[in-house]
Amino acid sequence: MEQYKVDLLLVEDNPNDAELTIRHLKKNNMANNLFHVKDGEEALEFIFCTGKYAGKNELSQRPKIILLDIQMPKVNGIEVLQKIKDDPRTQSIPVVILTSSKEDPDIQKCYKLGANSYIVKPVNFERFAEAIRNLGFYWLLLNQPPANEL
Amino acid sequence: MPFRNLPIRKRLLRVILVINGVVLTVACTAFFLYEYYNSRSNTLNKVSAIGQIIATNSTAALAFDNKDDATEILTALKAEPHVEMAVLFDERGTQFSLYGRDTTMLPLIPHPLPEGHRIKGSILELALPVMLNGHRLGTLYLRSNMGAMHQRFQLYATIVVVVMVLSFLLSLALVRWLTRSISDSILSLSKTAAVISQKHDYSVRAGKMGNDEMGGLTDAFNHMLDTIQTQNRTLRQFNRTLEQKVQQRTAELEYANKELESFTYSVSHDLRAPLRAIIGYTAILEEDYSDKLDDEGKRITSVIKNNTLKMGQLIDDLLAFSRMTRQEVNRETVDMCAVVQEVKDSLAGDYDYSRVDWQIVALPPAAANPGLIQQVWMNLIANALKYSSKKEKALIQIGGYQQEGKLVYFVKDNGVGFNQQYGHKLFKIFQRLHSMEEFEGTGVGLALVHKIVARHGGEVWAEAQENKGAAFYFSLPA
Repeated sequence: MEQYKVDLLLVEDNPNDAELTIRHLKKNNMANNLFHVKDGEEALEFIFCTGKYAGKNELSQRPKIILLDIQMPKVNGIEVLQKIKDDPRTQSIPVVILTSSKEDPDIQKCYKLGANSYIVKPVNFERFAEAIRNLGFYWLLLNQPPANEL
Repeated sequence: MPFRNLPIRKRLLRVILVINGVVLTVACTAFFLYEYYNSRSNTLNKVSAIGQIIATNSTAALAFDNKDDATEILTALKAEPHVEMAVLFDERGTQFSLYGRDTTMLPLIPHPLPEGHRIKGSILELALPVMLNGHRLGTLYLRSNMGAMHQRFQLYATIVVVVMVLSFLLSLALVRWLTRSISDSILSLSKTAAVISQKHDYSVRAGKMGNDEMGGLTDAFNHMLDTIQTQNRTLRQFNRTLEQKVQQRTAELEYANKELESFTYSVSHDLRAPLRAIIGYTAILEEDYSDKLDDEGKRITSVIKNNTLKMGQLIDDLLAFSRMTRQEVNRETVDMCAVVQEVKDSLAGDYDYSRVDWQIVALPPAAANPGLIQQVWMNLIANALKYSSKKEKALIQIGGYQQEGKLVYFVKDNGVGFNQQYGHKLFKIFQRLHSMEEFEGTGVGLALVHKIVARHGGEVWAEAQENKGAAFYFSLPA
């Protein structure tokens, strides 16, 4: 059975944003174990091993970090975040929120729900790339995940 | 209690009783005195007439020296019980004949007798000459006691007093009864007025007692209450309608605000995404396909990037501007000198300060929102730097003063300035007086300044001359 070894889960509905993000992660050698889901529903199925991901991965193989876009159709980023942080099996996964605007009123809500950080997707992608680089470096390389409590 | 502070009923009663008492007393006293003097003079006349008769009858007895006759004549006075004593003197003044019980009084009779009458207390004395053919034969002395008459008058006075008291009491009862119709209507009016002023109940009405002036007054009073009630009702209705309207408008405004918020939210998200794609993919072109692009191709990709960045800036400015409309202005005391210094420091990276001559004078502190007022200074100082950047030596003057209860602040530069006739356009959004090639900008900065200052209750204005610099002023309430 196919198994996923995922370090970084990217939840992003905009294919252009996803492509550009992945390109910059690749450039910085951070896309080796990257998995991209296209909306909140798929993200939840992947994380909780349900729907089309049932049996395809194990909950114990949690991603090291989740990059989560707020604005998505069907199930938005806030709902995904809430489900992740509500579940003791997943609540220790660091979640970085991606937003288009630093004025976003949802940012506060995300922090209250337990988001670990947020990145504003700037118009100038070079700055975004730098932010992603720094962030990935911290969460993927420096941050020590808690001992597996499952 | 002073008379004018007494209840109207008591006052009415007192007025009528005093008048009544005075009139009764004056009338009774007049009657009494008239009666008294009348009856005294009647008595005098009567005694005089008796005296005359006795004197005339005594002439013969005196002329013939007949004492028995004289005594007999005098004894006839028994018929008049009030005559106490009668003495007949002869012409030498010697007692000739005597009638009466009290001979001890004789030495008291003066001699010779003064003619005429004298009244001493209740005693009336009368002395009459006894004449015959012009020749005086002697003198008659009569002494009458008016005690009976005085007794009668004492009784009379008592009756008068009793009548006075009775009629006074009767009038008191009558006055009480008659004034009730007047005082009751006044009392009813004043009670109604008291109820209204205490309870603010305009539905009560004063009871009407008759069709006199008080009745008219009561009608007018009730009519006034009708009018007040109607007006109150109308006012309440207006109020209710107004409240409803205000609520409706508030709800509409809140809805519009929410709409605007979600609109700006969408704008900030959805307008940026395509821009990100344009820039991101243009960057890919530049990075991955640079060997396939000639110089013109590279210039075009940079134009695309620059314009996209500008569009991004425009969206940011527009959002900042629309946010200002909704943001609440919380004021605190702001040290304007510190704010200006901060702004100056933060702009140091974008401009060459070595060619700028700063003249900053002491700025009075103001009550303002620190973040917003910093934005004002930021935009004005950045503008001054920008529009004087083509001068060899830029002069920027910053100052403030208090004038007519307002705080006025200014930023002056010696830059390109502008034509004053277009000055009114400056503070409107997206209005620019210089081309993008001359000076970059989105045309939002001064509109934002205007909006922030207006939200603080102040004003903005500018003075300038082309190529001679510009001065921007803003005022805040002191």
